[in-house]
Amino acid sequence: MTGVQRISALARFAAPFAAAAAAGYLLEATAVVNPYWVQIFQLACITSVSALGLNIIYGFTGLFSLGHAAFYGIGAYAAACLMKFGGGESHLFFLAALAAGAACAAFVALLVGLPVLRLTSDYLGIATLGFGIIMKVLFDNADSFLPLMGGARGMTGIARMTSVPWTVVILGIVLVSARNLVRSGYGRALVSIREDEIAAGTAGIDTYRYKLAGFVAGCGLAGLAGGMYAHLYTFLHPSNFDFFKSVDVLVIVVLGGLGNISGTLVASFGWIFLLEGLRVLLPPEYIEFRWVLIPALLIVTMLLRPQGLFGFREFRFFREEAES
Amino acid sequence: MQQVVNGLQIGFVYALIALGYTMVYGIVRLINFAHGDVFMVGAFIGLYAIERCRLPLFAVFLLAVAGAALLAVVIDKIAYRPLRNAPRIASLITAIGVSLFLEYFTALRQVFGPNYYSFPRPFAVSSREVCGVELTNLQAIIFLTTLCCLALLYYVVHRTRMGRAMRAVSHDQVTAGLMGVNVNLVISFTFGLGAALAGVGGVLYGIAYPQVNTFMGVMPGLKAFTAAVLGGIGSIPGAVLGALIMGQSETLTAAYLSSTYRDGIAFVILIAVLLLRPTGILGVPRTEKV
Repeated sequence: MTGVQRISALARFAAPFAAAAAAGYLLEATAVVNPYWVQIFQLACITSVSALGLNIIYGFTGLFSLGHAAFYGIGAYAAACLMKFGGGESHLFFLAALAAGAACAAFVALLVGLPVLRLTSDYLGIATLGFGIIMKVLFDNADSFLPLMGGARGMTGIARMTSVPWTVVILGIVLVSARNLVRSGYGRALVSIREDEIAAGTAGIDTYRYKLAGFVAGCGLAGLAGGMYAHLYTFLHPSNFDFFKSVDVLVIVVLGGLGNISGTLVASFGWIFLLEGLRVLLPPEYIEFRWVLIPALLIVTMLLRPQGLFGFREFRFFREEAES
Repeated sequence: MQQVVNGLQIGFVYALIALGYTMVYGIVRLINFAHGDVFMVGAFIGLYAIERCRLPLFAVFLLAVAGAALLAVVIDKIAYRPLRNAPRIASLITAIGVSLFLEYFTALRQVFGPNYYSFPRPFAVSSREVCGVELTNLQAIIFLTTLCCLALLYYVVHRTRMGRAMRAVSHDQVTAGLMGVNVNLVISFTFGLGAALAGVGGVLYGIAYPQVNTFMGVMPGLKAFTAAVLGGIGSIPGAVLGALIMGQSETLTAAYLSSTYRDGIAFVILIAVLLLRPTGILGVPRTEKV
């Protein structure tokens, strides 16, 4: 692929994002569309970022993680605290806070990953699940060492900084980076570990280091998403980051298809809009059927397509191109 | 000492749930997230049997056992069996789906209802001092019932044809099938057996902590599962040991440290144990053949 082709491919990919960002900005500014739906759209973008993180961890590297929401929460609280300390309304500082939130989550992931990644398959899942519950307990008690965080009462008064352009642009950047990562030598190493760790090790890949790198990168994305989430809803509560939220992301990644970027993207949007759409579609007296229908739908989908909705198919931009 | 007895009380209930997780995992390598909700259904069956039908305690247990076992077999047939040859994660996701479905479906007004319901005590609680500790008749019932269940389980797994088939399937499913074991039947039986124990656990839990709602199975389920992993998943004595450790750590933390950290401590222990013994305390490491 020549440089010109590469740039044009990138441009073709970026165009819809730029258009979406601009359109979203206009819609948000002019309030043509219900602001509630604009918010849901942003949530879907944020969830995609977080889910892409888990896809790198589980889909590409094959590390079973049930504690993704904990890293999401770490990013959210870290970014929100920083923003409260010094940010005010500055967009530049918001970006820095997001980056710091992601870095925080990545750093904790490194600390946790160092010992925990020696475990394999389901045991790793349980250890991360345990870590998620420990973090939830810490968030619940956070006010005893940092009153700002509010503990079980929740953290309030976070500046509302997340906007449609931010979410769309960040999602676009993350998508391109994820694609490039997966196609690079690093990505190949990660996939080889998923396919057969022993063989990968035999082929000279330092499996432990690569697993750690994949885990840290994915958790960093979760932290990034968490920061955006905090500044979208301006309120954080420990229950937003409990085991069920980790399960949500896992469901999205598996529904989309493991190791499938397009699938994750579509499943994130589908999941979020399905959750909210049913709220509108169902008559009010049947609103409690929402969570009866969703799991039923989930079971049926899984029975019909165990390999995920997309399986191995990708949108054009994410597809591997044959070397010529 | 008193706290240790209290810890045994919850530990034994966890043990009853953990056994179901560990047996199912031992046979189909599935984390059966719906197990905690089968436990919940058991508790509700107990509630109705006591409140509406005024059945004697023994009949209540039988009914809860039958209901929970039937539910688990149906779940296995609908949600897990079609995916037996699919990637493992697919059945894990359906397990999560089944779990959510059971929680929210039973929370509908037309089914059990969304509120907390008080669980009627079928007998008055009295306590008596034994060797310097207060022991309530409730605790005595929990201890005795659990020990009976364990003895029965031991008998089934080690002394019957079905138990031998279970151990064979858990050892090597394909070979067991070739040797004429009806693998699907054995798996269904295992789901039923585990759920039966969870049903007993549900009734005991309801009697001991007399408030039930349809989400009550989530936390005990997670903790019992953790206990099973702690003890070495797939190992029956391991599940009991793990559950007792969980019960103790929880009660002792609540008593001597702070009840807000209660849920966290158990998982700290879990991670610490896993790092030292990656397959749990009594787990056998599975070496991967190349």
